[in-house]
Amino acid sequence: MTRWLPRLVTVVVLAVWAFPLYWAVLSSLTPEARLFESPSLWPRAVTLEHYQTLFAERDFWTPIRNSLIVASATTLSSVIIGALCAYAIARLHFRFKGAVLGLILAVSMFPQISIVSPLFLLLRRLYLLNTYAGLVLPYLSFALPLTVWLLVAYFRQLPADLEQAAMIDGAGRLTILRRVIAPLAVPGLAAAAIVTFIFCWNEFLFALSFTVGPRRQTVPVAVALFRGQYRVPWGQILAASVLATAPVAALILVGQRWIIRGLTAGALKG
Amino acid sequence: MPKQRDSGIEAADARLAWCCIAPALLVIVAIALVPLAWAAWASLHRNDLRMPWLGQSFVGLGNYAEAAGDARFRESLAHTGLFTAVSVAMELVLGLCLALGLHRAARLRGVIRMAVLLPWAIPTVAVALVWRFMFEDGYGVISAIWSPSSGGWLVGASAAWVPLILSDAWKTTPFVALLLLAGLQTIDDGQYEAARIDGAGRARQLLHVTLPALVPTIVVALIFRTLDAFRVFDLIYVLTGGGPGTSTETVALYTFNSLFGRLRFGYGSALSVIVFVVTFGLALLYIRALDPQRRGGDR
Repeated sequence: MTRWLPRLVTVVVLAVWAFPLYWAVLSSLTPEARLFESPSLWPRAVTLEHYQTLFAERDFWTPIRNSLIVASATTLSSVIIGALCAYAIARLHFRFKGAVLGLILAVSMFPQISIVSPLFLLLRRLYLLNTYAGLVLPYLSFALPLTVWLLVAYFRQLPADLEQAAMIDGAGRLTILRRVIAPLAVPGLAAAAIVTFIFCWNEFLFALSFTVGPRRQTVPVAVALFRGQYRVPWGQILAASVLATAPVAALILVGQRWIIRGLTAGALKG
Repeated sequence: MPKQRDSGIEAADARLAWCCIAPALLVIVAIALVPLAWAAWASLHRNDLRMPWLGQSFVGLGNYAEAAGDARFRESLAHTGLFTAVSVAMELVLGLCLALGLHRAARLRGVIRMAVLLPWAIPTVAVALVWRFMFEDGYGVISAIWSPSSGGWLVGASAAWVPLILSDAWKTTPFVALLLLAGLQTIDDGQYEAARIDGAGRARQLLHVTLPALVPTIVVALIFRTLDAFRVFDLIYVLTGGGPGTSTETVALYTFNSLFGRLRFGYGSALSVIVFVVTFGLALLYIRALDPQRRGGDR
């Protein structure tokens, strides 16, 4: 087999895969009038008008702020609660461990649509519709199992010798948790936080169901509901899609090694 | 474990463990299990939020009987099955090819890692919008190359599935490839060595060493993708809205429309319970299928 053939195939596959991304960015920079003509593969005129309109006329800061608040709050809570739970499952001995882990894994398979109607009625009764708490609480239903699942896989990989050595030195479990495990856990916690944040940032169904009007809409909902006066405002929609993608792209650029290890480690264990 | 644990430490361990687990369990029970039970209870009642003065009356399995006779629901089930079967099959085959290719191309791993993760991490809503733009009649870049009939891709009852399935494959094939690649990397080189000594060529190595060793990973990927595809919502809501008409409406979308479009919370809850039962049944089926494989692999 020649050496250039696999490389050529790889390059072609990458190019085909990259095309929608290229097309989205290019179109978001194309003047409005040209968007509705027959398409050209190369830029003929470049403008930032769509990005400017997004902030000047659509108040795109509001959904960005909402998404940041909801995703950060959910990520922070589920990493704290999830890390404790995952540590216990991976490292401590207790009865019903299998049942607890099984329950958490089962919940991570719950279809969101199955709990959307009771959650809506519940949040309405608690006056939490259209609030940040009204999104963070439902988000925990998928974020927490995800975090636990990633962190159990991570904690199991940590060497047990260190803990045993500390225990022989007379350290209690809590001291070990603080002095030995916490420093070692930082990369795993960071990876779990990144993945959880991405899931929350991208969530659509709950945000669509539990918000009314633009005040608490998250980025995906705001973009999906963009309407134009006469025709679909494609320039703004694509500009907003590019902006919605930017933070997750930055996150995976920073954390790609950890993310891949976390995602595949969990999967290989089944 | 070589060292003996005394029962005092054991008991302290268990106490600490339950303290660590309690918050997570509490949250999961409160926002996942209780709502699920509530949905099941609500599915036995009529609860029409358009006519709240009627209140909630117990109708037994009436909502389920209605679902059984509801042609639109049956169609949405068929649509979901079709979407799941075609997109998952495509993603597994393409993902396997991609993984086998990537396994050899060690040099490009950095670029590829980014290329693989990016589609997976992009908001589905953004993916759906970009693909819809590419398939729009008149100015979409794909419609400019070829369009099935007058009016374009998005108005044809069958043609509208093409952007849906392609965009799903675009987004998730790299992820499937990533899982399979991780599986490939666990295969012992010695097995290939042995096969080569036995005179097996590349094709036979693939068939007799790689694929059997990869079966558990393939099944895991199949579980993930089937469950995800079966509850598909975002992609279809944004790309076609279930249209034209209701020809791309899936169960999740129909359930959502019954709940928030027609405000029929009793009937919608019954539909969501059905989605749950089917999803769970699929998951159990797969897990049972996976078990003997795993034991075989552990030998």
